[in-house]
Amino acid sequence: MLTIENLHAEVDGAGGAKPILKGLNLEVAAGEVHAIMGPNGAGKSTLAHVLGGKPGYEVTDGSVTFKGEDLFALDPHERAATGLFLGFQYPVEIPGVSNVQFLREALNAQRKFRGEEPLSGGEFLKLAKEKAGLLKMDMEMLKRQVNVGFSGGEKKRAEMVQMGILDPSFAVLDETDSGLDIDALRVVGEGINSIMRSGDKGVLLITHYQRLLDVVKPDRVSVLAGGRIVETGGPELALRLEQEGYDTVMANA
Amino acid sequence: MPEAATLPTKRDEAWRYADIPALERLGAGALDQWQDVAVLAGDTWRQVMIVGGSAPELHRIRLTVGEGARAELFATNAGGDFTRLEVEVTLGKGAHFEFGGVTIGGGDAVREFVTTTIHAEPDGTSNQIVRSVHWDTGTGNFLGEIKVARNAQKTDAAQDFKGLLLEAGASANAVPQLEIFADDVKCAHGATVGQLDEAARYYMAARGLSPDQAQRLLVQAFIGDAFVELEDQAHREELLDAALTALEGAKL
Repeated sequence: MLTIENLHAEVDGAGGAKPILKGLNLEVAAGEVHAIMGPNGAGKSTLAHVLGGKPGYEVTDGSVTFKGEDLFALDPHERAATGLFLGFQYPVEIPGVSNVQFLREALNAQRKFRGEEPLSGGEFLKLAKEKAGLLKMDMEMLKRQVNVGFSGGEKKRAEMVQMGILDPSFAVLDETDSGLDIDALRVVGEGINSIMRSGDKGVLLITHYQRLLDVVKPDRVSVLAGGRIVETGGPELALRLEQEGYDTVMANA
Repeated sequence: MPEAATLPTKRDEAWRYADIPALERLGAGALDQWQDVAVLAGDTWRQVMIVGGSAPELHRIRLTVGEGARAELFATNAGGDFTRLEVEVTLGKGAHFEFGGVTIGGGDAVREFVTTTIHAEPDGTSNQIVRSVHWDTGTGNFLGEIKVARNAQKTDAAQDFKGLLLEAGASANAVPQLEIFADDVKCAHGATVGQLDEAARYYMAARGLSPDQAQRLLVQAFIGDAFVELEDQAHREELLDAALTALEGAKL
């Protein structure tokens, strides 16, 4: 479903462009939840932003094929409409725009791109209510401005409500578990399961911790270090990382 | 000698950022066209204006607001040529003046709001919110003068200006001026100029909104502040629509 080949990317910074991804290869098949773990600075968030098309992140070599299409030939909003969802590590606040308006316009923009009819206001609210309920989020929160005044945990929960409403075929979730307490972690993890666990969907789950993986249960786990995937295995790899640390596991890789 | 016999120049403080050649095209006679409004004690007067077209425009309004009365003026200034809305308000005891304005546009036109708020009596309040969105070499100005008379104690006057420039070359000017003779008053003013939030644009794109949709939504949120105090929703939408229509064709 998502095939990353020999991906090289650099990020604009104060000291000029800095290479971060250095020949990354990864394949995520439909029906698969693939966890990416790795030490700080390995390039995990860069990978997420390169897939999303964030300005300032430049691909210098390699390719990404998403659902048979060249991902980099699509603009960021076209990637979303093609079914790619990027869950942000730091969801952005948008003062003056309500979640309801934002998500309805976003969903209808995606539907239009795919040649589908837009949802009416009533149809959208029904859908939003259902998905907010799934994530145990009060509908009142959705009437508020996008992420404004939300706690860290509420922002992450709101990201998952957005994912439920937009119903993507593939989700790249960048440290969705950071900032969550134990209960919220369970709710978000179960949300990921109910929204994305399907034979025709895939998930790339970027995380530091085993806790979220206890709930979401990945099919595959890869270690990203130094801008490349250095090891791939089953769920047991995450447990080994948790127990032994990245240095030990990578030394044996 | 009639006051309109000579045109003002840029040396006149209130015309400092104006497009004087455009004013010349309009002719000196336009300077005499004042709309005079007296709001009687206890009354509420409200006006909603969409100004600006393909030729220069000058609108001058003189308001006298009686004791405990309220005057509200909301305007979208989307001129394709020099467009100036001038308001001179004299507030009676406990009277209130509310102003919300948006200047928006590209090209090389100057759009401006010029207000003179005279707190002549005690306990008067005024609140002015202006938002300017420009691109190309378009300009938006807000010149707001507040005068507080010696006996106008407990005056509470506020001005807030924010400019949003969609590209280099566009400009926004805010000139707050305070002339205060009373000693127990509150006068607040603030002005900022910035650009569209890149992080918000990327976030919106990641949810499927095209660059023009994201820009429209962000601009709508930005200018919305100016019309928050306008209760009538239909009027509010009319002013917003006029502004957002002007946004079509703006630099992304």
